[in-house]
Amino acid sequence: MQLTLHRSAAPYPPERQRPRVGFFTDTSICIGCKACEVACKEWNNVPADDCGFSGDSYDNTLALGADTWRHVAFIEQRRPLGLREEPGTSLVQEAAAGQLGADGELPVHEDAGFRWLMSSDVCKHCTEAACLEVCPTGSLFRTEFGTVVVQEDVCNGCGYCIPACPFGVIDQRKDDGRAWKCTLCYDRLRDDMEPACAQACPTKSIQFGELEELRARAERRVEQLRGAGEPGAQLYGADPQNGVGGTGAFFLLLDEPETYGLPPDPVDTTRDLTEIWQTAALAGAMLVAGSVLALIGSRR
Amino acid sequence: MAECHPVGFQWVMEAKLRGAKIIHVDPRFTRTSAVADLHVPLRAGTDIAFLGGIVNYIIEHRRWFDEYVRRYTNAEVIIDERYADTEDLDGFFSGWNPESRSYDPTSWQYDGMETFSAGGQREEGAILGEAAHYAQGGQLQGGEPPNIDPTLEHPRCVFQLLKRHYARYTPEAVEEITGVPREVFIEVAESLCDNSGRERTSAFCYAVGWTQHSVGVQYIRTAAIVQLLLGNIGRPGGGILALRGHTSIQGSTDIPTLYNILPGYIPMPHSHSHQNLAEFIDNNSAATGYWGHMDAYMTSLLKAWWGDTATAQNDYCFDYMPRITGDHSVYQQILKMRDGEVEGFFVMGENPAVGSANSKLHRLAMAELKWLVVRDTSITESASFWKDGPEIETGELRAQDIETEIFFLPAASHVEKAGSFTNTQRLLQWREQAVEPPGDCRSELWFMYHLIRRIREKLAESTEARDRPILDLTWNYPTQGPHDDPDPESVVAEINGWDADGKPLSAYTQLKADGSTACGCWIYCGWYADGVNQAARRKPGSEQSWVAPEWGWAWPANRRILYNRASADPDGNPWSERKRYVWWDAEQGKWTGHDVPDFKPDTSPDYRPAEGATAEDAIRGDKPFIMQADGRGWLFVPSGLTDGPLPTHFEPHESPFPNPLYGQAANPARQQFPRPDNPSNPTFGEPGTEVFPYVMTTYRLTEHHTAGGMSRVVPHLSELQPEFFCEVSPELAAERGLQHGGWATIVSSRSAIEARVLVTERIRPLRIGSDPARTVHQVGLPYHWGTRGLRTGDSANDLFPLVLDPNVHIQEVKAATCDIRPGRRPRGAQLLELVDDYRRRMQGEAA
Repeated sequence: MQLTLHRSAAPYPPERQRPRVGFFTDTSICIGCKACEVACKEWNNVPADDCGFSGDSYDNTLALGADTWRHVAFIEQRRPLGLREEPGTSLVQEAAAGQLGADGELPVHEDAGFRWLMSSDVCKHCTEAACLEVCPTGSLFRTEFGTVVVQEDVCNGCGYCIPACPFGVIDQRKDDGRAWKCTLCYDRLRDDMEPACAQACPTKSIQFGELEELRARAERRVEQLRGAGEPGAQLYGADPQNGVGGTGAFFLLLDEPETYGLPPDPVDTTRDLTEIWQTAALAGAMLVAGSVLALIGSRR
Repeated sequence: MAECHPVGFQWVMEAKLRGAKIIHVDPRFTRTSAVADLHVPLRAGTDIAFLGGIVNYIIEHRRWFDEYVRRYTNAEVIIDERYADTEDLDGFFSGWNPESRSYDPTSWQYDGMETFSAGGQREEGAILGEAAHYAQGGQLQGGEPPNIDPTLEHPRCVFQLLKRHYARYTPEAVEEITGVPREVFIEVAESLCDNSGRERTSAFCYAVGWTQHSVGVQYIRTAAIVQLLLGNIGRPGGGILALRGHTSIQGSTDIPTLYNILPGYIPMPHSHSHQNLAEFIDNNSAATGYWGHMDAYMTSLLKAWWGDTATAQNDYCFDYMPRITGDHSVYQQILKMRDGEVEGFFVMGENPAVGSANSKLHRLAMAELKWLVVRDTSITESASFWKDGPEIETGELRAQDIETEIFFLPAASHVEKAGSFTNTQRLLQWREQAVEPPGDCRSELWFMYHLIRRIREKLAESTEARDRPILDLTWNYPTQGPHDDPDPESVVAEINGWDADGKPLSAYTQLKADGSTACGCWIYCGWYADGVNQAARRKPGSEQSWVAPEWGWAWPANRRILYNRASADPDGNPWSERKRYVWWDAEQGKWTGHDVPDFKPDTSPDYRPAEGATAEDAIRGDKPFIMQADGRGWLFVPSGLTDGPLPTHFEPHESPFPNPLYGQAANPARQQFPRPDNPSNPTFGEPGTEVFPYVMTTYRLTEHHTAGGMSRVVPHLSELQPEFFCEVSPELAAERGLQHGGWATIVSSRSAIEARVLVTERIRPLRIGSDPARTVHQVGLPYHWGTRGLRTGDSANDLFPLVLDPNVHIQEVKAATCDIRPGRRPRGAQLLELVDDYRRRMQGEAA
């Protein structure tokens, strides 16, 4: 028994197939200006999603969602300087817990070991895109550019794609029920324009281009940064061998993915689905066979 | 810079990728700090101590660019023997008049040089800052001031005065005053020295964090001294770049919206002292240097404005020009308004009800007007204070009592009108109109054109002499489109100027004083050369030289770096191959290079002026600073500044600390307005200082634009920073019991406001003073909010006193004192009670 899932192979004739494109987001040169967030919303007519004052550094949109397709994370980070210091216990947390200065003189902290990381997150446009696999209407589809796009006029709001995404990117809009996410500006691509966020980015932290070229560029940049004393510099999502077969939008991070709120080892949630169904089918078949045998046996 | 100028910051990031070291000096840790190689937090208001420390470091360690300093600056010039320094007078320079609280700068002059103007004129110029934008000068002999010492050893030569003035600005003093540890300070000074010289250059970028102080102009002056000592002016990769607060603020200074200057930095005439054109030219222009042609610039301006009516017989209508009688800067007008002496007020593209220091005073003042016109893209607090301002809530104002008639005129946004932006590099870039403005929205050009047109229609029958200046104006701009918009290029043509035949001029060197040329702004002459809008050029950088002269147009003469003669050595050769920019071509007998040379093209490096030479002919071939009367970069400023020839560390008007260098704590010449509606917090040494123990400073966030009129109404921006918050260190939060994400009330003697609390390690307490050092906490206040827009909040500027820099009358809102306490502020009249309680406490009365 063979179950067919419409896996990533793009059903385009050669003359329509275009080189696969994506984003290389180099967070080491992100200045957190959020031009990408605004340009994305302006171009794609995404409504504002006013969450109010979060207190989470300068991040008030908090996460990717139906109404935030680019999201800039701000991480105020105190790295451990010595053996005694544990990472994660910041003075802010101590102050909040009422422990700061409890034993007399207040400390005066210094910049050493402190840094402010910024990173613009976006839909990863996975090679093995679970959202697309589980979509029952075909609303989610793979474009000729190798990107993953929701067709808003086809989506029926079933919501299957939402738990399927290993990154928690795609999301249902509250007032219309449909699923929304980054289209990698499909409309602009078809007019030979780069996506709005990449065009708006003043420092070229967001680079758009053909995926293979971007990956090569990113490898060079990581080498350069490591050589310049950034041991934490690493690519996230670029590896075609990872759990989603490599992402179309990948990142250069200066710390572990968890620091940025990214899953360390994302796996296509439908990857094992064939096997699961096959096992289930086998189990079912054995159950039926067993029952039949039992029935035959009992009639003796 | 990343915070407030993210688009321009791309070039800093590009420089960083190419190996540049980025140092960020700022009280707060910003988006710039996040990507800088080094962040140096310092106490707000102490930058002159920091920069003065660098001056001292350069001199102490003999790191100055010797040939540049000797040949291109006024280091060798000997100063008048009557000059006394702040070192001698404990914080004052010679010439201080305690009654007028101003300086007579006579004793700051070059020794033996006939001073330029009579005492009265100079006093007036000094007090009013009239002379601040140009260099005055006297008689040079062979291009040299009469008394110089090329060995730089004479005790009264500028170099020795400089050395002595900054001798006490040691790394230890820097640490004590600014809170920057001496080893960090030395790292900065070393980095600057290592990256300056023949092979390398360093640049300074600053914004209003430097200017909005009671000693703001002198901040920039200190940077100028550092850059002149290190040889970083007039060379590629050098300079001091002013990142202005809005797009094209540079343009609005070049063609000014200021009361005391005319286009191209020509001073505004005074009512009593400038009786005729000749006298005005004589009193305001130097005989030597390019200001020696002010007669041509001024006459051409008069011709541009009054056309054929302006003739030699009527002094080119010089009498039509408005006159000033004193300090008419905006804050003075606000005080007069408050006192009922000003009836009407135009507010265009500004929101003083949120953006000005002691904004409560501004709102109360506007409530005294008969009429107020606000032109903006949305109804700002300056147009709505009468019904929703904080004073309505406290009961200090009642809408029904306010007699001000307020007109709101909707303005076109930048995409709805064509025009130019002038940026910090003096680069003009043309902007096309993308869409028609909606509804009644119109451009400023439309508004000003039709306003004057209608006034002229109303005056058409007038026979009054006083109406002639308006009726005789050249006001014949062609109009176009459904709303009769004036053609902006016709205005460009007038600014550029034309000759007697009406042919566009191509360079300011063509301007004449005989009435045969007209030019609306002499430094912009060439913008419309050949009848082409040169600012609209957009040739990609990849298709031209690295200087990119065909992208836009830079004033003057499309010159991308000013004083670029300094990029070559005295003999005219590049200082180094690496920094080759402009040089002397001996074979062709002219200056050449990558940029338009900023020097008379055929004046050779060995040129020495003859006796009696004037204007540029009086400048030696080895003196690059051609706008200065002596061709030199001024380490010491003998005239033009109102508060001293050398920058000096003064504490802010309100400070919890003493000035350890001088008995005089704050800038004595700062403009103060002590009155009940503009009280000051006690400063160090006065009783009650402990009532306001913290330092506060204001700033901007990337997500918003200044007073918020353009960003709080945009959902996609407003959601990014939806609420007014204050930034405090974990230490201060612990000291005052402030809860992260909760509310705080911040109090000064002006008002009390509330803000959400953002506790962050990006704000660092600093250790100030010695024996023992004390911790100072700083409260950071983004000032974008008000009572209108999608998200409202209190206005940070309500807390600040109205105290001004004496040269340019800018407000001091980057450093003052405050108290902070947990919880929201009281509502209504109880807010006033809280502030009154603080005022009583600071005056020593029991609460």
